[in-house]
Amino acid sequence: MDLLNHILLGAQVLFTPGNIFFCFIGVLMGTLVGVLPGLGPTAAIALLLPNTFHVSPVTAIIMLAGIYYGAMYGGSTTSILVNIPGEAASVITCLDGYQMALKGRAGAALGIAAFGSFIAGTISVIGLMLVAPPLAKFALAFGPPEYFSLMLMGIVILIYLASGSILKALMMAVFGLLIGTIGMDSISATQRLTFGLLELSDGVGLIPAIMGLFGVAEVIANVEQEIKREIIATKVKNLLPNLQDWKDSFWPMIRGGILGFFIGILPGPAPVISAFSSYAIEKKLSKHPEKFGTGMIQGVAGPESANNAATGGAFIPLFTLGIPANSVIAILLGAFMIHGIQPGPMLIDKYPDLFWGTIMSMYLGNVMLLVLNLPLIGLWVKVLKVPYPILFPLILLFCLVGVFSLNYSKVEVALMIGFGVFGYLARKFQFEMAPLVLALVIGPMMENNLRLSLVISQGSPWIFIEKPISAAFILVSLALLISPFIPWIGKRRRKLQEKVEGEQI
Amino acid sequence: MMLVLSFIPAASADAQDFPKGPINYMNPFNPGGEVDIAARAMQPYLEKNLAQPFVINYQPGAGGGLCWSKLAAAKPDGYNIGGFSIPHIILQPIFMKDVTYKTEDFVIFSIVEYTPIGFGVKKDFQVNTLKEFIEYAKANPGKVSCGGVGKFTGHHFATLQFMKLAGVKVNYVTFQGTSQVQTALMGGHIDAAFTNSSMLVTTKDQIKVLAIGAPQRMTQLKDVPTFEEFGFKMYPRIARGAMGPKAIPQDIQKRLEKAFLDTTSKPEFRAKMEAAGFVPQVMGIEESHKFLEAEAITIKQLAQEFDLKRQ
Repeated sequence: MDLLNHILLGAQVLFTPGNIFFCFIGVLMGTLVGVLPGLGPTAAIALLLPNTFHVSPVTAIIMLAGIYYGAMYGGSTTSILVNIPGEAASVITCLDGYQMALKGRAGAALGIAAFGSFIAGTISVIGLMLVAPPLAKFALAFGPPEYFSLMLMGIVILIYLASGSILKALMMAVFGLLIGTIGMDSISATQRLTFGLLELSDGVGLIPAIMGLFGVAEVIANVEQEIKREIIATKVKNLLPNLQDWKDSFWPMIRGGILGFFIGILPGPAPVISAFSSYAIEKKLSKHPEKFGTGMIQGVAGPESANNAATGGAFIPLFTLGIPANSVIAILLGAFMIHGIQPGPMLIDKYPDLFWGTIMSMYLGNVMLLVLNLPLIGLWVKVLKVPYPILFPLILLFCLVGVFSLNYSKVEVALMIGFGVFGYLARKFQFEMAPLVLALVIGPMMENNLRLSLVISQGSPWIFIEKPISAAFILVSLALLISPFIPWIGKRRRKLQEKVEGEQI
Repeated sequence: MMLVLSFIPAASADAQDFPKGPINYMNPFNPGGEVDIAARAMQPYLEKNLAQPFVINYQPGAGGGLCWSKLAAAKPDGYNIGGFSIPHIILQPIFMKDVTYKTEDFVIFSIVEYTPIGFGVKKDFQVNTLKEFIEYAKANPGKVSCGGVGKFTGHHFATLQFMKLAGVKVNYVTFQGTSQVQTALMGGHIDAAFTNSSMLVTTKDQIKVLAIGAPQRMTQLKDVPTFEEFGFKMYPRIARGAMGPKAIPQDIQKRLEKAFLDTTSKPEFRAKMEAAGFVPQVMGIEESHKFLEAEAITIKQLAQEFDLKRQ
């Protein structure tokens, strides 16, 4: 059987001491940044990327992917114990998780979050395994016009789901596209907006931008406000949920897993949206919707499963089309390039070891996370007690060293600080980072595909409408952009906004 | 002879302890292209020979012009070297006013391989032979989209040469690397492409290969006729290898030359390259520059025939 052979190939790739070790490091780092407020998986992956230059591509991807889904596990710990979401995707877990902790059931909440993540993570890995290869075959149907329209739709969806005003999100996206035009023109080698700086001829580096916007800006913002930290003082015990807990949580976990996986495929901050959607669904399906918010275990199980499954789904556009669905995947895409792997429809065929090795590592990673999370919760609680005056300067130091170690370029360090200050100010005025980062990543790809399409069509813009797949994407984008002007849809969007509030990925 | 040479102390201490750190190899195209395939094949041998990591990084854009502009300005210490393609490095400084390098800015350590340029069409295209293609293109002037990498590159010139000799007009679409051309042709997003023999060999079942620009048929593509068989005297090819800024000290140049020659003369390396559709070469600094000069004469002559403008 084909699938079985592939699984064996993946296992063969994975079960070397080096790869298992890097998988472990990845999930450990992921859990750690998930636990720590103020440092998310995006910044962590950007920080660790330079350390993967000397290992093989599959090892690097295994570790970096581990950080991503590991962070989803870690994020729940702080939500439940401290009522501070370590990750944006765990915001919703605070609602019932913290209430459970107050009632002395922190153990059960943490336990069910870990088991839920494990079960949903497994669902999502199976989904990835079954869906990605056939989809990759279909992906050959994607030419320059289809790519352009798909990326356009990705940006529009992200704008549409912005937690603040659509206008502000649109402004950030356009600003991102503008920054994306800096550097040498990819067709004629003309210098654009580089002001004679050789460092800028490559364009603005993604990593300095992300470390600035997410790392530095976050630290500045956190220094400003004193975060109240009331760590549940009582000892966390009884991590294993009882039979009733299992009965209550089983279907929410399964539903969350499936929902998260499919939302994950769509561009945008999938873990956040899927967690909120799962909570909404569980509340609707429950016989006691009024009890949500008072410590219902379903309110922890569903969202925690969903946000974990979403990370698996997000790998699908990466492996099949080479398009990043969010900023974390964008850095992974950069990692592919650094390791000499051309992302795109041929990836699974050309590098089966990479694809199946990564997938198998996700199984193992999920088991490791379960083991890490249950007995080590005491340790994570201790990490939470590190005083911020020590923690924040450390994060800042890591960011500075991390960016400098990329290319030993002072210009990039300056860029990072600039982006940090900009990110801080933008946050103050409720501008979101996600549209900017995605536009910055996608911008040059979009430009290239736009120009290729127009050369193929000999200048006619109708090519985007004449191709059916492309036309469908354009139609969806237009519908999304127009819909806020239609009153009743506008209202629903506002509701959706309320749901995605606080999202940062 | 080698034995005797190895007892002569190196001319300076510089070369003796070169390299002390990783060699940074700039790749002018996307991952998965020919420069990349050759570099990845050489990498293990070079790392062993130089006892240092050989780090490949990608600087695609402007048909390689972006990368070479940077390489020309890089520190000439032997740690910054890069891949190149002929005729690109001859043509771009003449015709592209935004590239900031000159052909003479570089020293070529070694030409590692070349690939004849061939012509293929998408699988479901209505023609099956080059003759049929020419008839079709004549009936639909400018309508056929034909992919290739960059402008003032081997593919661009092959397209121009073909258009002139066959009396047809096609719409040339520029990509950043052959791996993208390959995906676009297999997906049917472009009708045809001038691309390298290596790509044609690996994808011959997914596209229709109509002609190859070699003097004789290639053993890896036995059924594919040469352009000459149709009466077109065109032999487009792209030669590749490694080069660095000219100001690199002589002894370091020699050390790098030796590393490349030791690698490219290995039979297993040659076999690997041949299987992948390349024509492997073993050329040192002197031979490489002779090759470059000879290619420059032919290609400049062609450029004059096409009456191209600097842009």
